[in-house]
Order: sequence, then C-alpha cells, then structure tokens
Amino acid sequence: MSEQATAAVTKKPIRVGLFATCLVDLMRPRIGFATAKLLEDAGCVVEVPAQTCCGQPAFNSGDRETARDLAAQAIEAFASYDYVVLPSGSCAGQVIVHYPELFAGNAVWEPRAKALAAKTFELTAFLSDVLKAMPAARFEGSVTYHDSCSGLRELGIKAQPRKLLAKVEGLTLVEMKDPDVCCGFGGTFCVKYADVSNKIVEKKTASIAASGAGTLLAGDLGCLMNMAGKLFREGKPVRVRHIAEVLAGMSDEPAIGEPER
Amino acid sequence: MTQAVNSPQFNQNARKALDDSYLQKALARSEKGFIERRKAAVEKLPEYDALRDSARDLKDHILAHLDLYLEAYEKNVIASGGHVHWAANAEEANEIILNICQRLNAKSVAKGKSMISEETGLNTYLEARGIKPIETDLGEYIIQLRGETPSHLIAPALHVTKEQIEADFRRAHTDLPPERNLDEPTSLLAEARAMLRDKFLSAEVGITGANFLIAETGSSVIVTNEGNGDLTQTLAKAHIVISSIEKVVPTREDAATFLRLLARTASGTDLSVYTTFSTGARREGDPDGPLEYHVVLLDNGRSNMLGGKFQEMLRCIRCGACMNHCPVFHAVGGHAYGWVYPGPMGAVLTPSLVGVEKGGQLPNASTFCGRCEEVCPVRIPLPKLMRNWREREFERHLQPASVRYGLGIWAMFAKRPVLYRRATALAMKLLRLLGGKGRLRSLPLASGWTRHRDFPAPQGETFQTLWKKRDASR
Repeated sequence: MSEQATAAVTKKPIRVGLFATCLVDLMRPRIGFATAKLLEDAGCVVEVPAQTCCGQPAFNSGDRETARDLAAQAIEAFASYDYVVLPSGSCAGQVIVHYPELFAGNAVWEPRAKALAAKTFELTAFLSDVLKAMPAARFEGSVTYHDSCSGLRELGIKAQPRKLLAKVEGLTLVEMKDPDVCCGFGGTFCVKYADVSNKIVEKKTASIAASGAGTLLAGDLGCLMNMAGKLFREGKPVRVRHIAEVLAGMSDEPAIGEPER
Repeated sequence: MTQAVNSPQFNQNARKALDDSYLQKALARSEKGFIERRKAAVEKLPEYDALRDSARDLKDHILAHLDLYLEAYEKNVIASGGHVHWAANAEEANEIILNICQRLNAKSVAKGKSMISEETGLNTYLEARGIKPIETDLGEYIIQLRGETPSHLIAPALHVTKEQIEADFRRAHTDLPPERNLDEPTSLLAEARAMLRDKFLSAEVGITGANFLIAETGSSVIVTNEGNGDLTQTLAKAHIVISSIEKVVPTREDAATFLRLLARTASGTDLSVYTTFSTGARREGDPDGPLEYHVVLLDNGRSNMLGGKFQEMLRCIRCGACMNHCPVFHAVGGHAYGWVYPGPMGAVLTPSLVGVEKGGQLPNASTFCGRCEEVCPVRIPLPKLMRNWREREFERHLQPASVRYGLGIWAMFAKRPVLYRRATALAMKLLRLLGGKGRLRSLPLASGWTRHRDFPAPQGETFQTLWKKRDASR
C-alpha cells in the first residue's frame, strides 16, 4: 500500500487493472468502456489483462477446485496493478472476501489472495472512497437505485453510488420501496428455481414501477438483466442501465434490452 | 426420523405454494410486520450488536464444552427432584414419552409449542397408541385442527388466513351457536381459549419444549405469549420437557443474555409476555405444580455436527428472523421446505439431521442474498454453511448430471483465457443475431429464464475484443 500512497503523492498515474467481469465482457461491453472512461477521467491508466471469470459460479455451485483455479488465474493476471476495479459488487466480493477464504492456510496463495483483495474495489466504492472523484455527467430524468446483495452485504456499498449520483446534473434519485431486498437473480438460482425467482423479481419490478422513476440503475449486470428482462416481459416502460453508464455520460446509448442502433 | 421428509420435491412444492392464493395472501400479510417490529426493537437497544457478539461467543463456548454442561444440567435436574432421559433419536424420545404416559394412564396430553416434538413426530406417534395430544398454543391448535404441520418456527400458522381459521373453527366447534360472530381475531382467540380450558384440566400429562436449559440450576425455560405453556406444565400430573441437547446454557445470567436477544429478534418485543422457569417437580408446601418432572434430551444427529463444518448451526436459538427476512421463504412459505425447519436455518439444519441426499435441495434454493446472516442474533454464517452443503454435494456427485456437465464445460473454457476469448466472441455474435430486437423471448438452454422474462441480447462483440481494437487504434 505504501507504494500506492507514494504514487498518489508524486502524481505518478495510478495503474488500474480493469476486471470487466464475464457478464460485462460478454453481454454489455459498454459498461466496461464506461468504467474505463470514469477511471481515465480521474487520471488513472487503465489496462485490461486477459481474463475470464472470477469463479463465482463454480464457488457457489460447490466446485471449490474450479473456483480456486480461476481465483489463482485472476490473482496472476492482476498482481502487477496498483488497484483492481470491477463494475460489480458480487464479483468484487468474490475477490475481496472469498479469494482469501479459498486459500486459507495455503502458504503461497493465501498471502497473494490477500494482497489482491487489499487493492481490489467495486467501481463506485473506488471512485467515491479512493479516488474521491466527482464525475461530471448530465442525465435528464429520475432514476431509482437497486442495492445488489453482495455489494451491499459483503462490501457495505450503499452510500457510494448515491453520493456519485447526487453529483449528476439534472438527475433526480427516487428511492423505491425496499431497495436492499434481493431481485431474485442469484446466479444459477434464477434458472434452477425459475418460478421462485420469478415471484421475487415480480415484487421487485412492482416496487420499481411504483417509484415512478423512468430509469432503474444498479451496480451488477446480473441483477440488471434479471430486472430488465422482467420489466420488458411485463411491459413496464422503465429503462435499465448500469450506474457506470450514467456516471460516464453514456446515457444516450441503448439501455439494457434495447436494440443496438 | 419420524416426520416424513419431502424436501427433495422443493421445486414442485414451491410451484404449488406459488399457485396457492390463500398462502400468498397470508405471506404478504406477515412479511412487513416481522421486519419492521424487529427493526424498531433493535434500534432501541444501543448494545444490540455487542449483545449478539457475546451471545455468539457464549454459544461457541458452550458447544466446545457441551458434554460438561449437559452433565452438570443432568445432575441439577436430579438434585431438584426431576428425571433426565437421554434419547439418541426420534424413536427413543417418543418411546420414553409413551412409557411415562402409559404408566400414568394418560388418555390425553396437553402440549405447549415444541419444534423438537415435530422433529420426532410425537403427535402422530401418541395418537396411534391411543393417547390424544392437544396443542395449546393458538397457532399450533389451529394447524392441529387442519391436520397440518407448522410452517414457521414461532408462527406455526403463518400460512393460514383469518378467514380460513374462522371456517376451521366453525367446522370443529360444532357445539357452539353457528350464528356467533368470529370476525375479529380477538373473538377467535377467546373461542380457542374457551375450548382449551377443559382440556388443560383433563390432561394427565403436560409436554412442553424448552428454549433454554440452565445447567447451574437444572431448570428449563420456555417463552410464550399466551400463557398456555404455564397451564400445560402446572396443571398436569407430570410435566415432560422435550428438548434437543444444544439448548443448554451454563447459568441464569447466560439465559438472560439469550432472552434479551430472542424476543427482540423474533417478535420485536423486549421480552415475550411469559418467560417461565421450571425446576423439578412440586415440592412439599408448593401450592401447585406437577408431581413428576421429566426431561427428554434428544440428540438426533446433533452430536455429529460438533467439531464439523456445520457446528455453527447449533448456535441457533430458533427466533425465526432468518426466514422472516428471506425472499425465498416469503415467496413459498415454510411447507415447501418439506420437513420440520424452513427458511435459511432449515436449509442448513435439515441436511445435517436427515442427510444431504434428502435435504440437499434446500441449501441450493437460496439466492445467497445474505439478509439471513445480517439479522441472525447469534451470527450464524448461513450462506457460508449453505455453500458448504453445496460443496459436499459436489464432492459426492449428488447434483444433477446436467448441472455438473454444464459447469465442467464452462470451467474448461474459463480456465483457458485465449480459447475462452475466441469462443465467447463467436458465441456472442451468434446470440446477437438471434436477438436483433435487443432481447430474446425464448432461449432453448435457459427456458427457466425466458419462461418468465425476456433475455437481453448481448451487444455483439465482447469487451475484450473491442478493447483490443481500441488499443490497436491508439
């Protein structure tokens, strides 16, 4: 950490390894670019090393060995950066909370996992707590913010996204009822227990619609795809975006589930 | 194990529960109250979190020395004139209770609320042998009339609406005038009280559970809100306490630590209306009380949990907060879990007690949202323990082959970044072509998703591909 502190003092640019997360990589690259833009605007140098998945699906399916292999792969890939940033609370939680657990007692890998965990941040926490950045963006309209579970309960992310959104010109934040209640995504849960998941997301979309906000934001693409998919199916006209898109001023691009232009 | 295990059918049970409009109405009505009452009670107690820490540490200490505290407890029960019976499993516990009842020629037994007796299937067992158990807790009384099991730890009839209860009472209490008014919950309560009064007086044996067993005094403690437990245990000839072994606490002061947490977390009150301590049988000069006092201590798989990956589950004080805050529980209710214990605590405890082969569905049926752990008064890491079960299943190849196969293929790619980048780039382009309108209404391999939601199509090229292009153009 002392090297990083020195870097900040001497204004040597901070090198950030961007861990896009597999969902953003495959489904919605613009969240990755929004993240890069926010980091670069704040003076960071952003690099994207070869990457796949943080291993959470394996970890939560009980396949500890695969989870460990993928964790080791990520630890190697991101070891050299000053910081590692992910536009997802649940993947950041995997790195920060669960990587050290996965290697507990391992003389070689536990220290490496802990070192990575110590410099890894979820995007809004990094912008708000570390860089103290104030992204200058405009957004006309009202948004409501869903607190994704892992970011909220594993990393304590609640104030940071709201603080950042408060700086966006023209944006009004309207809180929905129970923003901290699960949307029913839960990774493979939403397919394995599809009907239960549906009941949970129905309650969520009802709260979203009742808020009257025109746009729904959150910090995790899995939850966003779940809620967007349900809102479309129900014909509820709420647009859905990752918070990074709004903060980076990319709100004129298609929202989640809208056709590409 | 006497109560049948229906947990492998969780998904079918859940579907039925989702289609049950009465249940959905009852669930919707209960959710908010539990959460708000707990929150208000906790906010009024500045030392709440510190209290949780001491309760957790205390439980861990007790579990590390469980044998010593149980022996001390037994010694003090005997010293105060009571009897202790050790039961390794449900059958033994039931048999011990039957023997006491038969010796006293009991025709009926009054019962206070006891989840352990649900675990052993005591009611069915006694009834089959000519002894009528009468549930005296209002919620338990209602579900006994309905021929059901509890769907919640502290609110056994949570799944029933007021209208259903009225219909049940009219059906069961045929001696009462049919034109009587039962619109208000208080009139239902009054009627149940009146019906139960005689039964208390005629029951030869009273059976209660125990929230805590105090080692230093040999006392058992129950908390109730209706006072039925007191009548159950004082009016009968014999009071039988049925409890599991992990309920023991060293001292009265320790019991107070847990009592301060229990009611606040469970029902949002500082204390339950009645907190009753029982020590031994009636002594000379006592105005009332049972002539015999028995404690049946049930293991039923718990000692196997000591020192293992699931020991933390034995901290549980059965407050119900985890299920009150669980989105899955609130979607499907308690019966869908298919055995005695529902919600997150049931999802961890059930496989521990009935085996992962039968209980393994439950720890999978969680989104890992973590709210259960957040509210647990003794800080049981419930998601972690559920994940431990998933690991156990994976090691033992108990998951469906399709899941394992899918995971294997995905892992094969995910461990090879170059191959992964190429394969996913191609796959996403194809998926993009299928979802040209921005989303797909059906996906063959993810019908669980598209049955209920649209699937947002990928943007087209992957982030890693586009980033490489950006790098190259600089």
